Amino acid sequence: MVTAEAVWSALAEVEDPEIPVVSLVDLGVVRDVQVDGERVHVEFTPTFLGCPALEVMRDRMAEAIEGLGGEADVEVVADDSWSTDRITPEGREKLRAAGFAPPAPREAAAPKLVQLQSQAFRCPYCGSTDTRLENIFGPTPCRSIRYCAGCRQPFEQFKTI
Amino acid sequence: MSGLERLLLAIADDELVLGWRDSEWTGIAPVLEEDVAFSSIAQNEIGHARAIYELLSADSDALAFDRSPEEYRSSQLVELRFVPDWARTIARRVLYEAADELRLRRLMASEDPAVAGLAAKIDREEAYHRMHAELWHDRLREEPRYVSAVGQLFPYLLAMAEPDDHHALIALFEPKTVPSNTVLLAHERGSHAEGWAELWNEMTEVRRSVPGAAW
Repeated sequence: MVTAEAVWSALAEVEDPEIPVVSLVDLGVVRDVQVDGERVHVEFTPTFLGCPALEVMRDRMAEAIEGLGGEADVEVVADDSWSTDRITPEGREKLRAAGFAPPAPREAAAPKLVQLQSQAFRCPYCGSTDTRLENIFGPTPCRSIRYCAGCRQPFEQFKTI
Repeated sequence: MSGLERLLLAIADDELVLGWRDSEWTGIAPVLEEDVAFSSIAQNEIGHARAIYELLSADSDALAFDRSPEEYRSSQLVELRFVPDWARTIARRVLYEAADELRLRRLMASEDPAVAGLAAKIDREEAYHRMHAELWHDRLREEPRYVSAVGQLFPYLLAMAEPDDHHALIALFEPKTVPSNTVLLAHERGSHAEGWAELWNEMTEVRRSVPGAAW
């Protein structure tokens, strides 16, 4: 008999395909788990709509559920319910320790350029806020590139979504 | 097809085609940062197209790739091929994002929760495209080639935008001459730009070679 608790634990072991230090539960992309007999219904909210990791995430969640003996039904909910605020405190700390600056909190309106150009972003290596925007875009849609004048290193900053 | 569905299909087609055009800079942009930026922007736009196609159809790949060229509702603004002209490429990004923001705002207020929710999600991602456009607009605003590209593409922008947004776009870009209805008619959706047939051919090649191939 599969329980919702067992499913949550299994999903907490599923790594993000691009940043394996965090799990899908750390990322907050699992919105709901419903168990009905063998059938396990998971509501999954994409991070960025064009993220190439989405299919891999969906497949890995299905595999984890099938590993418990459940029948996986992963529903993708493409609305605004996921934001970077849903990344758990543990997830943020894991990101920072791996050299990715966690996202700034989301505000009511989408962020503006002046905010990204401000020094309100902390270097994940040395903790300095003497950092500047290098490129709004980075190696994946979810990250920007900043430069830290404190320790003279570039670093990846999670975008606020 | 309802008016809302026609609008959603037009937006999805715009995003798909513009994503395709922007991806043509991958590997050859003037600086490495823009290579990265255009690749990310293209990926986002195509992701938005897919999410809207999924809202409109149970078979989004078929909707994206199995239509004949004349059935696409994309605007001529996004169909034009600009590589290797950076001035027009940036002018299109700036103009497109301005009109896209206005139509997304209206969709975010839609009574259909699936449409409003998806539009809000897309808007959060587009905010970063708008910042990219703003940076370049500020950098090139006095550059004659850029100024002339904005003027040249403005009629295409109005033809792409919803009529309700024309006033706001004219106020924003203050074109030297406001395009006449005859000019707009020549650029309207449903008629396609030069180069469209070739792009359609390239975009749909895999689906036509391997029917049913998944995106």
